[in-house]
Amino acid sequence: MAKLILSMDGLVLKEIPLAKERTTIGRRATNDIQIDNLAMSGEHAVIVQILNDCFLEDLGSTNGTMVNGQPVKKHFLQHNDVIELGKYRLKYFNEQTGAPATAEFEKTMILRPQAVPKVPMEAGRKAGDTQIGAAATAASRTQTGAAGGAAPVQQAPAARLLGAIQILNGASAGRELELAKPLTTLGKPGVQVAVITRRPHGYFVTHVEGANFPVLNGKALDAQAHALKDHDILEISGTKMEFFIKS
Amino acid sequence: MNLSNSLQITSLSDPGMVRSHNEDSVSTDVAHGLVVLADGMGGYNAGEVASGMATTVIVTELQGLLEQFAPHEVHAKSGEKYAAIMLREQVAKANTSIFQAAQSQPQYAGMGTTLVVVLFYDNRMTVAHIGDSRMYRMRGDQFIQVTRDHSLLQEQIDSGMITAEQAKHSQNKNLVTRALGIDATVESEIHEYETEPGDIYLLCSDGLSDMVEDEDIGLTLQTLGSNLNLAAQQLVQMANDNGGRDNISVILVRVREPYPAARGFLAKLAAWFR
Repeated sequence: MAKLILSMDGLVLKEIPLAKERTTIGRRATNDIQIDNLAMSGEHAVIVQILNDCFLEDLGSTNGTMVNGQPVKKHFLQHNDVIELGKYRLKYFNEQTGAPATAEFEKTMILRPQAVPKVPMEAGRKAGDTQIGAAATAASRTQTGAAGGAAPVQQAPAARLLGAIQILNGASAGRELELAKPLTTLGKPGVQVAVITRRPHGYFVTHVEGANFPVLNGKALDAQAHALKDHDILEISGTKMEFFIKS
Repeated sequence: MNLSNSLQITSLSDPGMVRSHNEDSVSTDVAHGLVVLADGMGGYNAGEVASGMATTVIVTELQGLLEQFAPHEVHAKSGEKYAAIMLREQVAKANTSIFQAAQSQPQYAGMGTTLVVVLFYDNRMTVAHIGDSRMYRMRGDQFIQVTRDHSLLQEQIDSGMITAEQAKHSQNKNLVTRALGIDATVESEIHEYETEPGDIYLLCSDGLSDMVEDEDIGLTLQTLGSNLNLAAQQLVQMANDNGGRDNISVILVRVREPYPAARGFLAKLAAWFR
């Protein structure tokens, strides 16, 4: 389950599990998370939970809501996001993120209509609290979009080897080609084509089309993929090239 | 008519790197221009049972019907093409079979499956789908998604709650809002599209589309399109290289040449001798 850690000036005040569909934050005692501070609005913000995802929405507060130093109106919370409300910090933890997903979690499941949280209605109604009508819904949508730009993008660390080939003969001898894409094709379409695939553990060459197979270090390949080693010499439709690891 | 000369079809299904069984099921019939892909769900082996029933029922029933009815002809009463009618009825039949099996046998309770069925005929295709298994099209250098998932995530994107970019990080990827065999009736989404020679169509389970970026899938079809078997292997390999957390199934269809329906008497006769 997702949770928030409330702190002020680096001092942890409490841990709050996000158990409800709507968790409100504000100065008044009616809020689920009450922060009795003059910088807070009576009803400051709300966190809406839809299954495993949490969305933070500012309820038109006087002093605003910041996430990771950026002012937000609506924000799709990601693991380790820091919500700033005046001098208070709420750090968001969603334990499923980062942890290796179990097979059970990845399984496709059916969601029956009655069990579906009313996504569009909810979004429209919340916008309606502060603004009115269809225009409000539209405004809320653009804010969601804007928040998207600010959301941290988690990319798998790309600490892969980068390889390249250098052409050894013919008109373009000396030309170098970096193999940065997952697939790079070589040769003449319709005559002979081979592909070099970039995989987590190295580069592989495979025959794609044509009667002749690529020649690797003087030996013709078969239909299988072959691993490429540093300084291998590859010959495809008369063009010789050297494969090497750049970094 | 026999479409074996006009279409080239290849399929591949792989359990992935994590799962012990493969709950996906694929079936192709190039002569009838028919491809079916299903991604089953449910405990023990119920997922495999559901997806297997879906592909078997739909392929066998449609094979029989295609011998009697021409899919391009229009049904006089409803004004609909036979293709759409046949697909809808057979999908409904598969739904009933799975639902009844799930009701009558406790070990199959709650099983269901996603589905994509495509019927090629008369230079066009009719696509029926349910759930989050997808169809993509590569035409020239344009790679697009043809089907729209019936999933919670797609609903969230449609309602503007999250952007497509944010959706990649959502934890609700695996929730479908529609599936075959879960309820007594199911509504399949059916659309008709024109095809062009050179088009490459990809049907896949979410084991591919969740693990590999659309951009890389498109790149693979573009660079390896001349060798469909290799392209299918490459797609499965990329999903496995990225973790292979789910079963991965792909069907690739390339349109080699036009395949207009035989309309006149002579054309029908000629088609008969092909």
